Amino acid sequence: MISALLTAGSTASPIPLELPVPLEITAPKLEYGILAPLMIMMVAACLSVLVEAFVPRQSRRPVQIGLTLVALVAALIGTLNSWSGASYQLAAQQTLALDAPSYATWALLLIFSIGVVVLFAERNGSTETAFVASASSVPGSATEREATAAHQEQTEVYPLMLFSVFGMMMFAASNELIVMFVALEIFSLPLYLLCGLGRRRRLISQEAALKYFLLGALSSAVFLYGVALLYGASGSFELASIDSAMTAQPGSSRIALAGMGLVCVGLLFKVGAVPFHTWVPDVYTGAPSPVTAFMSVATKIAGVVAMVRVLYVGLGALRWDWQPLVAVLAVATMAVGCLVGLVQTDMKRLLAYSSIAHAGFMLVGIAGAYTVQTGMTQGSSGSFSSVMVYLIGYGLATIGMFVIIMMVRKSGGESNEIASWAGLGRRHPWLGAVVTLFMLSFAGIPLTFGFIGKLLVLTAGWRGGWAWLSLLGVLFSAVAAFFYLRVVAVVFFRSPGPAAEAVEVSPISTGSWLVLVICALATLGLGLYPQPLIDVFDHAATFLR
Amino acid sequence: MTVPVLTILALLPIVAGAVVMFLKGATARYFGLAVSLVTFVVGLAAFLAASRGTDLSEKHQWISSIGAWYALSSDPLSMTMVLLTVALVPVVLGAEWRIGRTGDAWAGGADTGDSPQLPGSIFFGLALMLEGLAIYCFVAADVLLFYLFFEATLLPMYFLISGWGGARRRAAALKFLIYSLVGGLIMLVAVIGLGVHSGASGHTTFLLADLVRMNFDGAIGRYLFIGFFIAFAIKAPMVPVHTWLPDAAEQATPGSSVLLVGILDKIGTFGMLRLCLGLFPQASAWATPVVLALAVISILWGAVMAATSHHLMRLVSYTSVSHFGFMVLGIFAVTTPSITGSIFYMFNHGFATAALFLVLGFLVRRRGSADIKDFGGVQAGAPVLAGLFLVSGLATLGLPGTSSFASEFLVLAGAWGRHPVYVAVATIGMVGAAVYVLRAYRRTMTGPIDEGTPPVRTDLGGREKFVLAPLIIVLLVFGFFPKPMLDVIEPAARATMSQLNMTDPQPVVKEGVK
Repeated sequence: MISALLTAGSTASPIPLELPVPLEITAPKLEYGILAPLMIMMVAACLSVLVEAFVPRQSRRPVQIGLTLVALVAALIGTLNSWSGASYQLAAQQTLALDAPSYATWALLLIFSIGVVVLFAERNGSTETAFVASASSVPGSATEREATAAHQEQTEVYPLMLFSVFGMMMFAASNELIVMFVALEIFSLPLYLLCGLGRRRRLISQEAALKYFLLGALSSAVFLYGVALLYGASGSFELASIDSAMTAQPGSSRIALAGMGLVCVGLLFKVGAVPFHTWVPDVYTGAPSPVTAFMSVATKIAGVVAMVRVLYVGLGALRWDWQPLVAVLAVATMAVGCLVGLVQTDMKRLLAYSSIAHAGFMLVGIAGAYTVQTGMTQGSSGSFSSVMVYLIGYGLATIGMFVIIMMVRKSGGESNEIASWAGLGRRHPWLGAVVTLFMLSFAGIPLTFGFIGKLLVLTAGWRGGWAWLSLLGVLFSAVAAFFYLRVVAVVFFRSPGPAAEAVEVSPISTGSWLVLVICALATLGLGLYPQPLIDVFDHAATFLR
Repeated sequence: MTVPVLTILALLPIVAGAVVMFLKGATARYFGLAVSLVTFVVGLAAFLAASRGTDLSEKHQWISSIGAWYALSSDPLSMTMVLLTVALVPVVLGAEWRIGRTGDAWAGGADTGDSPQLPGSIFFGLALMLEGLAIYCFVAADVLLFYLFFEATLLPMYFLISGWGGARRRAAALKFLIYSLVGGLIMLVAVIGLGVHSGASGHTTFLLADLVRMNFDGAIGRYLFIGFFIAFAIKAPMVPVHTWLPDAAEQATPGSSVLLVGILDKIGTFGMLRLCLGLFPQASAWATPVVLALAVISILWGAVMAATSHHLMRLVSYTSVSHFGFMVLGIFAVTTPSITGSIFYMFNHGFATAALFLVLGFLVRRRGSADIKDFGGVQAGAPVLAGLFLVSGLATLGLPGTSSFASEFLVLAGAWGRHPVYVAVATIGMVGAAVYVLRAYRRTMTGPIDEGTPPVRTDLGGREKFVLAPLIIVLLVFGFFPKPMLDVIEPAARATMSQLNMTDPQPVVKEGVK
């Protein structure tokens, strides 16, 4: 509709624009059945806001946690139902592509979010979550002290998270750039807020939120400008139409290339790729740990899938133009992530650079663009399924690591200095073993799931004709291995200095234990026998156009 | 349904090792030793069964989308290495019986304030896990599976070096890790490339049996060969990428060194034979001059460094560098006797080095120093120790009557037909071996009794003798009767030769020469 009006305007005809008479507004056709997971998330998020308004303070927490978990599980069931029924179609006026990749992404997002909710609710044996007692109080003020003393809790984090997951699901599934932009904003705004809700070191937390917001807003604007340019080049917002317009044109127009570049900037920002990565370390460190876990896993999943969709579906015709771009950025991202990661002394900062490095490895697979369209034999692992498998391995290790980060505490707060973890593995062998497992998985050492992901991604890159890129990928993973193994060495082989205040392992809820155990077992188990999971994603790699 | 013997053999120590780590004190030690003995019995039974022609191989689809198989094979080469592995681990556990206990100080530093030693149960657990992973490496009949365990062995070894030993052990362990990881990742590139190129001619596969039938000719074969070779050269270790070994051997406890040199480094030469030669015959032929040159340089350099070394453990590690040179020479000379000799060498070098490391370890533990200068006249105070050092030293230098002689002779005699010049130069290395072993013996065991503190007066105890006895017996028995072992090994060498379409050079009799 909009595009029709705009086209009419651009012909600059002398006849004044006539509205069609009689003016009729057709209700958009919505496929409620398969859109159910999205609807559930949105309705639950709205309900959750109402809970804040109408439920008494002391019972808000259980209600919110219950509501959030029920919503996530219900949406997951709906997703799996549609996925197993193979009900793939372009829904909601062709703005959403409900295809196998979308369902797969939704399933991952929802499963990881369930794990994250448990972390949101974690109180570490005390009465305090990782979130501030009263977000509106000025740090250090009497109001803040009162709120803390009254054991208040900012339960708005649950609706914020629900909205964010809803936005991410839409983002990954959007088949139209405008919808994609709206989804981008829906999932970003709650994240900006969540980042500023840290209980400790509130000013740093708020600074992180502001930084994330400003840079995020800038990247959104750039993305939007790219969308406009792509519209100018192709006359459409729909990915498939953009693709056909590009295919029809001989050569690639400058406007299209500029649009492609700017859209990529927006997406690369969300993924945390160099040179749009500068926000990652500060925001990851400043945000409360559960939020960092949520961002580093869920945002990454949504961003990567949306990027693959835009590049493969919408800009498939410009493949020869964006492949070198993505390849170069992949190298830069791996280099920055791995090299700067080497000198980090803070656990969360280390994980931030690790997340940048992992974005780089995934870009290797994406740059390969090894798909059925580019000559992949059906049934083998292409770029998309490889990246998805990689994301799962990364997600499992990340969530698991954040549970541990929340456990290791000193004088009531988290102890994120890597040096303060010295000797932890001696006093708590199980914890040391699990940390080792996650670090090995991050490093891509065999017998962990991280290795399988790395193997698949690098293979996909090589098969797509980018052997040198895979080669560099291996090189950088050697570098990355060191900062991960350094943590292992500290945990087991360094004794804490006499002056250092002893870190303690605080008790965590049964739910968090469960999350930790599941992450560890999955990392190990899927590392040993990944075939069933790879199969699932190999069959979920066809995008609907 | 057949019993998956190889899987049981490999998994038993891995699982038991994990259990041992969570046991305490004496329980952990006795349980660990018992498991290693059971593994030895199973391994020996498997070896005997396989040498009589029983096929123990297993094959299951593992990651079908990239063509990886859980495939294990029980060919003679694999089983020989497995036998070596299962035989050495109980010996090591016996030798390190007191590890981790207070008072078990290793030369130059044990409990430095910065990083105290880990408990002994962890050592036993890690050693067992390492054993299982190494067995997997040796029996893997799939390149990806092999790679998986090749890399996985690094971690227990890293912990074994950095957990117990000298004051600078963490640095040594890190150096080991850096070298090995870099080598492993170079190999990963080759593994990925192998997979991608196997897919070019049909379906991707990592199964060795399928890959040997494919031709990786031309440039791509060479690149892949180089990738694998570098990894194995670092592992084996060959000059110039051997420098991590002396450091590791100096800082690690003797038991860890035995596991490292006796078992893990064999994966390097094993890999050269199995993968480099097996998959890339053309590239191997292309690279032979360089490889042989490196092998000969390793032989000589190892001998020179050993002869000039002041640290007993460094000395032993340099002898190994020299010996690995002989193995590589035999492998890349590609004749039936030379390959047979190499495999046999891989087998009994494990025992000879183990004997040398352990007997010197006992000596060093008595004195608290590993510097040759600090010893003298040990013979008088500890005659048994001195005698066993002499026997294992002579076995190392390849005295006829010890098993090393048989294997060294086969390597040199077999390689002579093709590469007389290299062999001639390599023979100097044998002379060098006599120099470094006898010199070390003379300076530590003979001469006036050194009254350093504490004086080495106590001779080997019952446990120590009991640990060394089997090693010495193996060295002597196979020295005089190598035939049973050679009968098992020779088919492996023949199989490699026929796979490469190579024939042995026939002796040439020049006519008219008077």
